[in-house]
Parts: sequence; structure tokens; C-alpha cells
Amino acid sequence: MLATRALRLVGKRAISTSACLSGGHGVAKVEAYTLPHYSDRQDNPLPDIRYVQNLSPEQQSLKEKEMGSWSTLSNEEKIALYRISFKQSFAEMNSGSSDWKTVVGGIFFFLGLTGLLVFWQRKFVYGPVPHTFEPEFKAKELQRMLDMRMNPVEGLASKWDYENKEWKK
Amino acid sequence: MSLQKPLMRGLLSKRLKFHTPIAFSLALLVALGFKYIVAEPRKKAYADFYKQYDPVKEYAAMREAGVFQSVRPVGK
Repeated sequence: MLATRALRLVGKRAISTSACLSGGHGVAKVEAYTLPHYSDRQDNPLPDIRYVQNLSPEQQSLKEKEMGSWSTLSNEEKIALYRISFKQSFAEMNSGSSDWKTVVGGIFFFLGLTGLLVFWQRKFVYGPVPHTFEPEFKAKELQRMLDMRMNPVEGLASKWDYENKEWKK
Repeated sequence: MSLQKPLMRGLLSKRLKFHTPIAFSLALLVALGFKYIVAEPRKKAYADFYKQYDPVKEYAAMREAGVFQSVRPVGK
């Protein structure tokens, strides 16, 4: 910022001579990211600079006309002036896109792929489950749970009919 | 082209005036719903269970089934 202001005030030729005088290194190169930039943002409605920096001759004449009374400007000219200053209108910048379809499709695809991988892993990588998963063992577990009256109010044992030795209807 | 001047102030209070009664009534509805669909039936279930609960009979049945470590079934 200071470098650009210094350049504008003193003039290019004067800077180069003073740079030569001060040891040949001169002013540091002005990086683009240090200068004011344009961005279409909802929370920053008036950017630091115009969108179109290098005006064509018609645009320049339009800018001259803008100096006068605005009632002489036609609607197309007003729109052209807007487009010089801004890249996208609020409606354009806030409009949604169809990207979500790609994203959701990609999510489902990779979920499916992962499911196939997990299934393959279960079948070909893992060994057999412990003997405690066998149906007879599970039946003995359930009988023991009923015997010790687990959750007799609202849970498991409340659903078993102890007189008739069957599940309650 | 003359557009109407958009609303510049009071946006938050307008939103709050609209949404606060809705939020309160929905919360109240959910609380009442939970009370009468979950809490009251559960209290009733426990009350009914303990009205006819005979601990001695239940203990004898559990002992017979062999789930205790401190007492074995009645048979020798």
C-alpha cells in the first residue's frame, strides 16, 4: 500500500533515479496479493475495486457520461455500468448449484463400495465366531436370563409367561 | 425502475417475535407428550407389577432354577 502511494506521489522516473542512487536494489516488487482485490461476497457488498480495471473506449465514454445527470442514462447503459463495477449480481452469487447431486451420488457410491469391501473382509479375512454364538448356547443364555427374572417390569422377563412356559401373547 | 426500499432494521426482533412462541409451544408439546406417552405408563407399569409381587414365591422359583451362588436348589 505504501509502495503504491509512494509511486503515485513521486512519479516513476523520480523513483527509479532515487532507487539507483540508493544502492541499485530499488523498491520491492509489489505482489498482487498485497493490492486491493475484487470479490463477490454477500457480507462485503462493495468491494475495494471495480471488477473491470481496463476500460474499453466505449466503457470509458460511458463513465464520462456517468459524470453528468443520471436521468440521461438508458437502462442498458445503467446495466453496463453495473457490470463494469461488479462481476455477479447478488441473485447470481447467491444462486444454488446442482453440485449436491454429484456429492450425494458420490456418497452413495462410496458407501456401496465400502459395503462390498466389508462383506469381503467378513467372509475371507475374519475367522469363525466364538462358540457362544451357536443357537443352543444362545437358547441356554436366554433361559438363564428368564430364570433370574431380568427386567421383570417392562423388559425381557415381563414378556414371558412363567405359568405356561411360553411368550406372552 | 424503482424498487421498494428493502427492510433494513429490526430483522432479528421480527424473526424472534415469530419463532419464539412456536418454539415454546413445540417444546411444551414435546414435554407433555413425553409425560403422558412414556412417563405415566411407566409409573403405572411399576405400580401394577409391585401390587401383585410375591418376593418369597419369586425367590423360591429362582432358587429352583439354579441362578444363585449362595443357595443351591432344594433337592439334595
